Amino acid sequence: MVESLLFLMILGAVCGLLLSFASKIFYVYEDPRIAKVEGLLAGANCGGCGFAGCSAAAQAIVNGEAPANACILVGPENVSEIAVLMGSEAGAAEPLKSYNNCDGGKRASDRFIYSGLNSCSAVTSLYGGKRDCSIGCLGFGDCVRACGFDAIHLGSNGYPVVEKEKCVGCGACETACPKSILEVRTVSQRLLHLNAIDDALAPCAQTCPAEIDIPRYIGHIRNGEYEEAVNTIREKNPLLLACGRVCPHPCENFCRRGIEDEPVSINQLKRFVADMEMNSGKRLPIECGPDTGKRIAVIGGGPAGLSCAYFLRRAGHHPEIFEAMPKLGGMLRYGIPEYRLPKKVLDWEIDGILNLGIKNHTNVRLGVDFDFGSLIASGFDAVFFSVGAWNDYNLGIPGEDLDGCFTGINFLAKIGNDEKVRLGRRVAVIGGGNTAIDCCRTLLRKGVDKVYLVYRRTRKEMPANEVEIVASEHEGIEFVFLAAPNRVVGNDDKQVTGLEYLKMELGEPDKSGRRSPVPVKGSETILDVDMIITAIGQSPLLDFRGKGDRLDGLSITRWNTFDVEPATCQTNVPYIFAAGDSATGPALVVDAIGGGRKAARSIDLFLKGKPVIPQPKAILNKHIPGTIFESVDGVVQKKRTEMPELPVAQRIHTLDEVDLVIAEDQARYEANRCLSCCRLCYNQDKG
Amino acid sequence: MGYFELIIACIFVNNILLAQFLGNCPFLGTSKKMETAIGMAMAVIFVLVVAGTITWVIYTYILVKFGLVYLRTMAFIVVIASLVQFVEMFLKKSIPALYAGLGIFLPLITTNCAVMGVCVLNIDKEFTFLQSLVASFFYAAGFGLALILFAGLRERILLARVPKPLQDTSIALVTAGMISLAFFAFQGMV
Ligand SMILES: Cc1cc2nc3c(=O)[nH]c(=O)nc-3n(C[C@H](O)[C@H](O)[C@H](O)COP(=O)(O)OP(=O)(O)OC[C@H]3O[C@@H](n4cnc5c(N)ncnc54)[C@H](O)[C@@H]3O)c2cc1C
Ligand code: SF4
Repeated sequence: MVESLLFLMILGAVCGLLLSFASKIFYVYEDPRIAKVEGLLAGANCGGCGFAGCSAAAQAIVNGEAPANACILVGPENVSEIAVLMGSEAGAAEPLKSYNNCDGGKRASDRFIYSGLNSCSAVTSLYGGKRDCSIGCLGFGDCVRACGFDAIHLGSNGYPVVEKEKCVGCGACETACPKSILEVRTVSQRLLHLNAIDDALAPCAQTCPAEIDIPRYIGHIRNGEYEEAVNTIREKNPLLLACGRVCPHPCENFCRRGIEDEPVSINQLKRFVADMEMNSGKRLPIECGPDTGKRIAVIGGGPAGLSCAYFLRRAGHHPEIFEAMPKLGGMLRYGIPEYRLPKKVLDWEIDGILNLGIKNHTNVRLGVDFDFGSLIASGFDAVFFSVGAWNDYNLGIPGEDLDGCFTGINFLAKIGNDEKVRLGRRVAVIGGGNTAIDCCRTLLRKGVDKVYLVYRRTRKEMPANEVEIVASEHEGIEFVFLAAPNRVVGNDDKQVTGLEYLKMELGEPDKSGRRSPVPVKGSETILDVDMIITAIGQSPLLDFRGKGDRLDGLSITRWNTFDVEPATCQTNVPYIFAAGDSATGPALVVDAIGGGRKAARSIDLFLKGKPVIPQPKAILNKHIPGTIFESVDGVVQKKRTEMPELPVAQRIHTLDEVDLVIAEDQARYEANRCLSCCRLCYNQDKG
Repeated sequence: MGYFELIIACIFVNNILLAQFLGNCPFLGTSKKMETAIGMAMAVIFVLVVAGTITWVIYTYILVKFGLVYLRTMAFIVVIASLVQFVEMFLKKSIPALYAGLGIFLPLITTNCAVMGVCVLNIDKEFTFLQSLVASFFYAAGFGLALILFAGLRERILLARVPKPLQDTSIALVTAGMISLAFFAFQGMV
């Protein structure tokens, strides 16, 4: 008796002591909410929730991998207590909603015929289902049966239709679907998702640098649902008025209709709905996630900065923009001239973004008006650089310092800022890119007599947008091709009187197949001009570095851009991110917008303490193999809607907008030209 | 009995789940998904080997020596429970990767009658230390085999059209019964 009591006491004491020591030695920090949530679960370790035991389920709930009602045994009081526990930090949790990603349905082609099977999961286990498309909807409605709220039905086209009002976001449909057709996501999860290799993506949407769901918004326009179209574009691109005007639309180059016919005029449709919203006088509401209390400093208020701030704000964070110029907009305001993007339109668009609650400080330049140390000291959790590429290259020829010589961005920024510039009568603009053409067309509108565009190669090699080149040809700009500036000629007053250039000829093709120009000896020619603008390219101006702070440790590429991991936009300093022209070198507005969103995704991860890693399977604008066709069946030729323009005689004397918006019936016609493509299937033209 | 026979007996003939009906609750609870089943099987193998040998040592060198054999059940429960807790803490800190794989299954095993059963069986059959080590390992392997087989079947059952009243656990129990019948074919082999 005594010894058994003694033995049990000793055993108990030894075990207890050992464990208490062990728990001290092997202590690992754990979110205290896990223990609290576990206390509210049934404690039966039954596995009904799909997790291995209650503590695993509690962990999953706290990590946001399972909903508050994951446990099948506890009643509603416990569920709501768990919800309170989970939401207490982040305010009211953002609602989850189910979205259908496939609208192939019955139009998708089949590979096999199954008989007797009637569930999606069953056919998936037999060779992945009957469709040719490996990701598309199978149409047996497992999701419909899984939904306990009657919010899903199979539409007449053979794919599920979600009724948003009934959906509670329980996630049952997503679990039931063996593909990933139904995804239950919060708005911020959707906003920050990057296009992935197994998403339902049309060729155009794969190409768009901002990753807009193009066929979806064109579909809305076709049905007259203009507000939905605007909202769909805003999920990926907050600058739709600007892009609708200046985007060179790389998407249209891969339009499937374009293989057999003229491509759909995607960008004009975007401009149509964007203008429609602006002219309606009321702004569509934009929802933002619950406040997180995290602050991010955005340096530079160009498209990349605005886009990043917009997406961060919509995810519930608090970005603040610091801008060196008097107004926001970056190159949209100080590079792209009024006649292409009126300032009134830009102001309206930027106001809409700032209205979400984004603070901005203008006329403050990093490195001059404030320094990086004070920024960090004032409590920002992360910093995003979008300072663009504002440093014009020089030609490096004699005479460049004479009176009458300008550089492209410098000149355009002065005009954009309404500063006085002493113009000449006859001007030579050197360069073949957008900046050069914008300088030429602006000069013409300012009443200059003669504008020459001097370019080293030929028209075929000009990097400017094709439409811009055509427009400037119409407006009477004289192109001097195959000309390499050699010297600026001046008079005694240090005034420019001419530009001497060497004629070039195309040499032997080099390794890349391009024939590079070589100068012809003794071919010096003088162009009689009194003003010269050099617009031969830009690089980022990073002169805020070198002040002995953290920024000196940033790695910079040899093109003087931020050295970022391209899939995350993170620099080598973990809390510093960069995108737009300052990370990629001069590119397009949409590239900057897409970059801003990509960075917002990484910053969101960073602020939540998660590892900043590239999204698995993100395509980053590469095409999904097998989705770009050689030929397309069932396309009937239909004329593409022409872009309406102001007549040349009228436009060259004013700064009025040149390109006009299409009318509603034209937009509906153009939207009907779209084949509503997905990866493989599309709607064939009838008759 | 040679080791070969011992192994065959532990895995098939006296399969802890399907012939002795011990450890049925994790058998039903963690067999819904193959991934979970594999995790559970690994955790059981790990814990059983440790528990089987430690309890043998405690029994032989403490309980028998002091004539406290009648306290066997109590002692084993305390020892196994603390052991599992200890191992869990140790893994969480020292080998986080292994913990992530096994860890969440470990607490489930604290109250697993299969573990207790095997420890008791080792003693009842008067195994030597080595024998009980081998037996513990292969009983656990038998547990894993049955669990993984069953998880495979259950993943398939999900796709079949099962009448409403029989869905989920009911059909799982019926199926388990039939596999158990199949295992009875091994009866009498050793
Ligand atoms: C003349 C011209 C015409 C173009 N035309 C087109 C076109 O038709 N279509 C198209 O798609 N793209 C066009 N582009 C390209 C497009 O404008 C750029 O790719 C885009 O604006 C890049 O955006 P960003 O936000 O990276 O940089 P930016 O727009 O350059 O913005 C950077 C911002 O950071 C600010 N900043 C810089 N340094 C500091 C500092 N130290 N502190 C605080 N703020 C700072 C700047 O003032 C600026 O506002 C054109 C570019 C130019 C120059
Ligand atoms: S037809 Fe429509 S969906 Fe297809 S590639 Fe062209 S714009 Fe995109």
